[in-house]
Amino acid sequence: MSFQFDDELYRDIILDHYRNPRNKGDLDPADVVVSANNPLCGDEVTITARLSEDGDTVKELHFSGRGCSISQASASMMAEEVEGKPMPEALKLINRFKEMMLAEGEPEGLGDLEALQGVKKYPVRIKCAVLPWNSLLQGLTERAGESTGPEAHSHTVGDMA
Amino acid sequence: MTEAIQSPAAAPIRALDVEAIRADFAILTRVVRGGKPLVYLDNAASSQKPKRVIDALSDYYSRYNANVHRGIHTLSEEATDEYEKARRKIQAFINAGHSEELIFVRNTTEAINLVAYSYGDRLREGDEILLSEMEHHSNLVPWQLLADRKGAKLRFLPLLDDGTIEMAALPGLLNERTKVVAVSHMSNVVGTINPVKEIARQAHAAGAVVLLDAAQSVPHLPVDVQELECDFLAFSGHKMLGPMGIGVLWGRRELLESMPPFLAGGNMIMKVELEHATYNELPDKFEAGTPDAGGAIALGVAVDYLSEIGMENVRLHERDLTDYALEVLMDEPDVALYGPKSADNRGGVIAFNLGDIHPHDLGTLLDREGVAIRAGHHCCQPLMRRLGQAATARASFYVYNTRAEVDQLVSALGSARAVFG
Repeated sequence: MSFQFDDELYRDIILDHYRNPRNKGDLDPADVVVSANNPLCGDEVTITARLSEDGDTVKELHFSGRGCSISQASASMMAEEVEGKPMPEALKLINRFKEMMLAEGEPEGLGDLEALQGVKKYPVRIKCAVLPWNSLLQGLTERAGESTGPEAHSHTVGDMA
Repeated sequence: MTEAIQSPAAAPIRALDVEAIRADFAILTRVVRGGKPLVYLDNAASSQKPKRVIDALSDYYSRYNANVHRGIHTLSEEATDEYEKARRKIQAFINAGHSEELIFVRNTTEAINLVAYSYGDRLREGDEILLSEMEHHSNLVPWQLLADRKGAKLRFLPLLDDGTIEMAALPGLLNERTKVVAVSHMSNVVGTINPVKEIARQAHAAGAVVLLDAAQSVPHLPVDVQELECDFLAFSGHKMLGPMGIGVLWGRRELLESMPPFLAGGNMIMKVELEHATYNELPDKFEAGTPDAGGAIALGVAVDYLSEIGMENVRLHERDLTDYALEVLMDEPDVALYGPKSADNRGGVIAFNLGDIHPHDLGTLLDREGVAIRAGHHCCQPLMRRLGQAATARASFYVYNTRAEVDQLVSALGSARAVFG
């Protein structure tokens, strides 16, 4: 195409991650496996991660599944940003991302992830962007033994807020 | 109480005066997304309401709001009269034999649950319930729960690739264990109008009762329960110009009389002692608690509105829109269409996809052009799997839609291509 302006929702970087997803495909074996779906649209995402031996670092992070450009790009950007991070930083980033998507105000220092802010003008789509992050958060906290429930690692992540 | 209620068949066949109809729907003049005129093509999810229906609700609450079937005062009498008059209007609308065969419920889902619990109580282990692969979750999950409770077995009418039921499979799926056949009259995804009269004929020959999920058919097609020879018919008010929160179950009187109550409480009883109660007559037996009287009355006004247009004329108008939409969308090489290829056996519901754009993205992009459609699995995940799709976009029409709006849909597809091109 000859000309394209940067769309407020479909920013170039989002479309790039959608068309060329990073870290797509399941890690097997993996230390963390979480599947979730958005019952609204039927989108599915599976997050797999390998941790360092001491469990302190997210060494590898992959995703698979099918969904809209927002959920797929969000998962791809998450895989790229979180991979290699020490656990506390990973958890901090997840929480800062969720804060950006679910609360008012302008975030700082989230880099490329800030491109997903355009989704906030389309409230029904926020779930699409947050779905992979909630799944990862759930997987990491369960792995760290902080989860109270005996739930299996595959279930629906419904309301995000 | 005895005033004549006009049959919907009485309206002469004529083209709809769509401009006059649109003038009754103030919401259709609004703009969205920074000035785009609204093109409302999500009628299979919920229809808009004409001023008369909105006024009827307001009138009820402003002038004669009171509990029905209880008061000995003027307001309660008026509310009860209007509530029962609405029941008789809807009786005439679907040509039911008796007004007490109509039970007011919240929606189609509640109507189907009522039958699954109450009629379903007589099922035994090994009995069979026959559904189809195109059912909405509301005509699937209640039967799954019933099958679990009773040890009954669910069987499914398969679909052909064009989204129609494989009727040749029906005789092999019916047997003396089949107790209930529950199918949609018209698909909420691919629009297929099913041959329900033939299904009912064969089901009855096998000794089963037949429930029709008529959520999509009663708003859009002439429906005559005596002609269809079904046993139960479930539909919602909000998809047929009425308010949300009111729906109808119609059932054959002798069946309803033989069924235990579903919800228990006030109004549904004849006499209550501490240890037991005797139940009221139809329809009260199935209307426990305070009903949505205003909603029922406003649904009666929606039925008046549709009857004045004439359901044959509604169908003709939507046939035209559906054939036109199929024709213009087939000309778009990157549009995939699902369901029957002509409006002969299809209502005004068009499921489609555009290239490899996810329907959720398509829905957002069309919304930015003012075009409201649905995107997703449409509460029909098994049907989506049968179509080989995770989700689709869906445009659906009603009395106020025009060919020009179909053109606006097609033009908005261009904007979607521009982003994902």
